[in-house]
Amino acid sequence: MSTLNPILNAKNLSIFYGDNEAVKSISLPIYERKITAIIGPSGCGKSTFLRSLNRMNDFIDGVTHKGEILFNDENLYHDSVDPVEVRLRIGMVFQKANPFPKSIFRNVAWGPNINGFEGNSELRVENALKQAALWEEVADRLDDSALNLSGGQQQRLCIARALAMEPEVILMDEPCSALDPVSTARIEDLLFELKQKFTIVIVTHNMQQAARVSDYTAFMENGVLVEFGETDQVFTRPKESRTEEYVTGRFG
Amino acid sequence: MASLNGKKIRWNEWVLEKLFFLCAFVSVITTAAVIYILIEETLAFFETVPVLDFLTGTRWTPLLEPKHYGILPLVAGTMLIVIGAAVVALPIGVASAIYLSEYASHRTRSVVKPVLEILAGIPTVVYGYFALTFITPILRVLLPETQVFNAASAAIVVGVMVLPMVASLCDDALRAVPEALRHGGYSLGATSYEVTTRIVVPAGLSGIFAAFVLAVSRAIGETMAVTLAAGATPNLTANPLESIQTMTAYIVQVSLGDTPSGSLSYQTLFAVASVLFVSTLLLNILGTWVMRRFREVYE
Amino acid sequence: MSDSSTQGSERLNALLRKRQFRSRLFEWVCAGVTGLAVVILALLLQDVFVDGYRWVDAQFLNSFPSRFPEKAGIKSALVGTLWLVSFTALIAIPTGVLAAIYLEEYAPKNRLTHFIEINIANLAGVPSIVFGILGLAIFVRFFGLGRSVIAGALTMSLLILPVIIIAAKEAIRSVPNSLRLAAFALGATRWQVIRAHVLPSALPGILTGIILALSRAIGETAPLIMIGALTFVAFLPESPMDEFTALPIQIFNWTARPQETFHELAAGGIIVLLTVLLLMNAIAVYIRYRGSKK
Repeated sequence: MSTLNPILNAKNLSIFYGDNEAVKSISLPIYERKITAIIGPSGCGKSTFLRSLNRMNDFIDGVTHKGEILFNDENLYHDSVDPVEVRLRIGMVFQKANPFPKSIFRNVAWGPNINGFEGNSELRVENALKQAALWEEVADRLDDSALNLSGGQQQRLCIARALAMEPEVILMDEPCSALDPVSTARIEDLLFELKQKFTIVIVTHNMQQAARVSDYTAFMENGVLVEFGETDQVFTRPKESRTEEYVTGRFG
Repeated sequence: MASLNGKKIRWNEWVLEKLFFLCAFVSVITTAAVIYILIEETLAFFETVPVLDFLTGTRWTPLLEPKHYGILPLVAGTMLIVIGAAVVALPIGVASAIYLSEYASHRTRSVVKPVLEILAGIPTVVYGYFALTFITPILRVLLPETQVFNAASAAIVVGVMVLPMVASLCDDALRAVPEALRHGGYSLGATSYEVTTRIVVPAGLSGIFAAFVLAVSRAIGETMAVTLAAGATPNLTANPLESIQTMTAYIVQVSLGDTPSGSLSYQTLFAVASVLFVSTLLLNILGTWVMRRFREVYE
Repeated sequence: MSDSSTQGSERLNALLRKRQFRSRLFEWVCAGVTGLAVVILALLLQDVFVDGYRWVDAQFLNSFPSRFPEKAGIKSALVGTLWLVSFTALIAIPTGVLAAIYLEEYAPKNRLTHFIEINIANLAGVPSIVFGILGLAIFVRFFGLGRSVIAGALTMSLLILPVIIIAAKEAIRSVPNSLRLAAFALGATRWQVIRAHVLPSALPGILTGIILALSRAIGETAPLIMIGALTFVAFLPESPMDEFTALPIQIFNWTARPQETFHELAAGGIIVLLTVLLLMNAIAVYIRYRGSKK
């Protein structure tokens, strides 16, 4: 339990869309093998912040930043850093499930395949699907198209796809917002299991989910980090009045 | 408003609507006329020449003695052009489409797209000139056994002619692939080459296929470049350096000559035109059907 | 990957470098191939220009074709093209635009409408020479119009009609429905709505489509050969029933001759033809620009 040395550490990070400062000088540690939730009203910059952690913002035109993000104490955005390598070690699950129009097996095997994995693919895929709590439902139809799965199953497939890369950190951008309550509950259960092996950062606008699932919570509003602390403390004894107003539902 | 006035307005509207309908219906009449004319003369042709001889015969000499009416040499000539054009247009078209949709900046796009539009707007007779006076001499230097009229020069310019259409349709197909799929690939630590060739292009494959089919259809119907540069010798060959004749060039040859109407030689024009019409029609139907299926998947 | 041995991470790094290199190479290859298209255009234009620029002068524009290259010119071809395009425009524009209006504003969504639209889509893909055959059989022979300007114009109209209809349909469809509904609510009839609101709004798109279609008509050769437009014409048409020649036909005729000088004449004709097309397209771009500014 290394709570002293965060695996990811944002220091005075500001992110700009052109001239618009969407994330304002955030300093936020992400601790290893813990679940950190980022909550806040729509448009507060939490997804933008999340995407900067695996350099997915590189794909959006006109995005610049100030400050730094350290990954294992190394500057994530240093000139010598290869963003492809970053994404090998920091994976992502998106808001809307985006499986490839390929078979279930090939979806999960795609990432390791690309990266020169030479071991037993079938075992790798099976492990990933088991960790994503999907194996039982698809074991006998791995060659079926991924698009034939239900919404909840597709999202768990995307989780399996990310897990197959054996990343150190998994970023999740509102992974349940497009799903029904039953699927949501299944994925939340999943997170408890996953946290034993992986560090998870989850953006969510569902406060109950954050309270249930996470160890640490960060509350953002208008691009600013209002409060960060252990989940228990943030929800029951928030230090800032804005935090208290948000978590008790007075706004947002 | 007095009821008389209302009736007049309604009658005017009715007349206008019927008039507009007739304008739209012209297209149906046109198609019917084309089919009727082709069928009438082709059937007359088949009263003399057996269908099987026509479709499978390997000698085409309807204007010389002894007369043979096998269309395969013309089909072979057309095929040489089509294959050559595809070899030019497909790789360049797909690569350009990939570059335009996956890599190019807005500025580059704003230069390249107009260039492609200009290439598409150049009349075919200009391409024929280019083939004859520029490409053929170069080919004859590189490969001295190339004849003055040859399939290769014409095939190259037909490829250039069809290239803008292929690039444009493939560009549309690739852009229709959702961004979320690319992001999914990138988030797994893939390079742009891997995302493009192993996710985007496979996802857009049916659109690319449709582009290919429609390009082939255009190439089959191309007339002026092949008439000027490919020759007028029906020749059942696979050698693109030889002189050949396509179906379209033959039709031009007959109409430039003094073939009396009603004669068998005159009817060959319609028989060949029927084959031309049917093949392009089938390809167009196939191409648009595949394209519609592709669009449905992504909408 | 959480492969911690130094050998493993060395292998990984080497693989990563190879993949990045391949990715960059791929991008360069695609860019290069795209550049090839630009190069081809430049080559084409340069070849034509170099071959023909010496011939393009006032005398060239004002002389009839001749057996003697120094005396030859494109007067009859230019004037013939002018006659042809004018009559084609007269016939095809109203028919095409009104057809598009019917299909977008009046036509019910039934099988007949669908059938008409399928016909239009198919005709757009039919080779131009087939239209020539149609023109020959129907206008030249059946209607007895002979090898006249009007026969050529009618044939060309049928050829470019699908182009106009498709472009006009697109332009009309993109007029926001709220505009129509507002006019209807004021008690206007359908035609009044179209004439006063839909057409003016769709006008830039329709005009662009018309110019594109007419550009096509100016450059087409095969249909004119089929209906018998002559290749050696030393007079100007004086009525639509007269015989004629056209610029692409003249270019074709000169290119098909074996002598080098006639090839150069052809290049001169091509320069004139491309200039005309360039002007028309420039007008189309200008219209599109003005239209989008509103």
